[in-house]
Amino acid sequence: MKREISRRDFIKTSGALVVSFSASSLVEPFAIAQGPFDTHKSHVDPEKLDSWLAVASDGTVTAYTGKCDFGQGMYTVQTQLVAEELCVSFSSVKLIQCDTSVTPDQGTTSGSQSTPTNFNSRNLAQAAATARETLIGMAAQKLGVPADQLTIENGVVSAKRGGRVSYGELVGERHFEIKVNSSAKRRSPSDWKVLGKSIPSTDRVALMTGTFEFVHNIQVPGMVHGRVVRPPEIGATVASVDEKSVQHIPGLIKVVVRKNFVGVVAEKQWQAAQAAKDLKVDWKRGPGLPSQKDFYDYVRKQPSRDSMLVNSKDVDGKLKSATQVLKATYSHPYQAHGSIGSSCAVADVQADHATVWSPTQSVYPTQHGVSALTGLPLDSVRVIFVRGSGCYGLNAADTVSFDAALLSQAVHKPVRVQLTRHDEFISENYGSACVIEQQAGINASGTIDVWDCETWAASLGGRPGYDKPGNVLTGMLAGFDPETITPRAAVEPTGELRNGNNAVPSYVMGCISGKCGGTGSVQSERVLTHAVKSPFFTGPLRSPLRLQNTFAHECFMDEISARVKADPVAYRLQHLKETRMIDVVKAAARTANWEARPSPKDGLARTAIATGRGIACVAYEGDNGYAALVAEIEVDQASGGVQAKRFVIAHDCGPISNPDGLRNQIEGGILQGMSRALGEEITWDDRKVTSIDWRSYHSLSLGIQLPTIDIVLIDRPTTEATGAGETAITVVAAAIGNAIFDATGACVREVPFTPDRVKAALAARG
Amino acid sequence: MAPISLKVNGQVHRLDVDPETPLLYVLSDELQLRGPKFGCGIAQCGACTVIISGRAVRSCVMPVSTVQEQEVTTLEGLGTSDKPHAIQQAFIDEGAAQCGFCLSGVILTAKSLLDENPKATEEQMHEAMSNVLCRCFTHMRMMRAIKRYQEKRA
Repeated sequence: MKREISRRDFIKTSGALVVSFSASSLVEPFAIAQGPFDTHKSHVDPEKLDSWLAVASDGTVTAYTGKCDFGQGMYTVQTQLVAEELCVSFSSVKLIQCDTSVTPDQGTTSGSQSTPTNFNSRNLAQAAATARETLIGMAAQKLGVPADQLTIENGVVSAKRGGRVSYGELVGERHFEIKVNSSAKRRSPSDWKVLGKSIPSTDRVALMTGTFEFVHNIQVPGMVHGRVVRPPEIGATVASVDEKSVQHIPGLIKVVVRKNFVGVVAEKQWQAAQAAKDLKVDWKRGPGLPSQKDFYDYVRKQPSRDSMLVNSKDVDGKLKSATQVLKATYSHPYQAHGSIGSSCAVADVQADHATVWSPTQSVYPTQHGVSALTGLPLDSVRVIFVRGSGCYGLNAADTVSFDAALLSQAVHKPVRVQLTRHDEFISENYGSACVIEQQAGINASGTIDVWDCETWAASLGGRPGYDKPGNVLTGMLAGFDPETITPRAAVEPTGELRNGNNAVPSYVMGCISGKCGGTGSVQSERVLTHAVKSPFFTGPLRSPLRLQNTFAHECFMDEISARVKADPVAYRLQHLKETRMIDVVKAAARTANWEARPSPKDGLARTAIATGRGIACVAYEGDNGYAALVAEIEVDQASGGVQAKRFVIAHDCGPISNPDGLRNQIEGGILQGMSRALGEEITWDDRKVTSIDWRSYHSLSLGIQLPTIDIVLIDRPTTEATGAGETAITVVAAAIGNAIFDATGACVREVPFTPDRVKAALAARG
Repeated sequence: MAPISLKVNGQVHRLDVDPETPLLYVLSDELQLRGPKFGCGIAQCGACTVIISGRAVRSCVMPVSTVQEQEVTTLEGLGTSDKPHAIQQAFIDEGAAQCGFCLSGVILTAKSLLDENPKATEEQMHEAMSNVLCRCFTHMRMMRAIKRYQEKRA
């Protein structure tokens, strides 16, 4: 089971000779919209068809993607995509994902951008469509029949009046040597035979029978084991390391210190674990931490980098003239990615080259980071994605890849690094803590006239990208600076509405210079965001900022509805103008048998169990997926405990590529959202993080009372495909918060809704 | 280091390891088994679960020396990809995974409960699963799969 992969072996076994390895590795924008999820030019030129796929002489297809599968089914669904566009069977496509030596640089697999990037008319989908059209053209020539009289089935092109030729015969083992044709016609969803079907995940049987290979299972010849020793307090630095303290440990190979990075390497994993535990490091204390109790006030007082997203410039006047003005402040804690498997990576750093087996979402950026950390030229670093535990964003996958590279370089051997849960809990890139202040003015007829929103989000570091290895702990410990906040005043918005973080509520028009990109009808609008420096590392956690902002917008919407005694569904519909939003709200309400009435419900009991329902909706990132969720819950008013009984969600992500896979994502998103809404919170004292394990960081176990979940999928085959991995989770805290309000009349404006917070809100009802 | 004899998935292995080594490290590093996984390393999540003498135990904190002479079964010891065990088949049928890293904890904990108490009530099920985590929150499908297995087993 030991393995060693060289480029030559890889090319030999992949059954396709498609990629030439040029000496230069360029990072150039390929797509117009340059961003971390886009496709970049590297030694694998994304403009060339051969960079995306190859056909072997037996007709099997090898496709290359820069978007990898973390358990969300991207491997299966991209395989479906290629099979569909090429008119071949699902089983004849082999997908190679995320390997800097062979796949295109598609930046980071994240942000619900894999489907938009690869399933619309560009990149992988367009490459496959180009290949199909090219093959049809070749067949037409070979058979002497016009292309429009040819049909394809399972990779065989047939003429209606006889004559057939297979893909393998047409192009087998040869390069296409053409560019991806941006006008190649995609197959219509109405003709789909493979896409749109609930094909089971290709990994399913291997997972259930324990044979699937995770990065944790990678073993390479000569591999030894590393562990890290993290600063026990935030900001602590190394004063001295007593190497003698671990000399009694058999198998110890080396204690590695590089600036503030400390690690150990030993022959066996157990030896490395003991050495990491026993190693005496004298740490110089850090600057200390702001008090958690007052943290949200602290955040608001920090110097900030400000952005004005919309500003109709009449907000102050409209608030003054409004019949009623409502104000509320919402807050959301730091939360952990908390992968079930603590992160692991294997690196083999030799004098002139390095290979890293990494669970990263970003193989090319990680290649850059490893190059910076090791001093090796970029071209001599290869990063191969191997799936780790589900990550939900930037867990410690990148940092552990850097750990492995540093330790391997120090011992000139392949090193496997296994982080501990404690390592990860005390220093991963948490989802940002946020404070959101809302203010709305209502006119005499009960309509919202003006919405004013101001947000603060604490941030430090983030994805390392191509040039910031210090954005994660290991890079910083080794001497690279993290990205931090440079305070800056807001300038007036120009250009298109940017609502990627859902800081702009769904109910405003979102107008900039007369062009309105929002989904709502409120004309007077102002959204000002502040990014402030976080004492902890932060990074994208499933629905980053979108979830926090949506919690505040959607709960505030219910507070406004209640003030004017309107039904929350009807009141939403009154202020929405985007059809896809209106449709999901209506569909969720209808399926939930939503009773039209104001919240909170009449005749509230002040004690015992109270039941209620709440709704929340979102246009994810402004236009990357739509969902409305109804939550039905029970609140035990004596204990403050909240129990979800039923969720009903209506979900629209454009054309649906794999309905069962989509349902799996939605169900998981809802329950993960419930766990985050009810219990998950990073805690700390004056020096260090105190949520350090699964006893002190509260994730809902398999033993909970499960709610029922009803899912309404709205299929829109003629629109662009949007993401679907983060839409559902975005609305959960808000829907539960609104249901608590409906049941009890108490507004819990701080996540998570722990029993203590619920009881405090119940007591504050007056 | 000391000679250790270990019976895993029906096969006897003679190894020379530090007897204090957690069983998990021996299973994954020495025997290259992929079923039990390093989750938290402190017996709080379930990812390292194996079955020893019918009981689901957490191999990440169990010294290998304490399990000599006992039969250890890992997730891959239940069934094969061609012939999965009935509980694995139930998980396959329900599509009860996302990343799948937690599956040893979920499947083996449920199996050990139902082997001992085939008529386990919902409450007993909740109790048994209350220390098992799935961070993709595939709870709906997993609990459906466990019920499916329970019904089939009855």
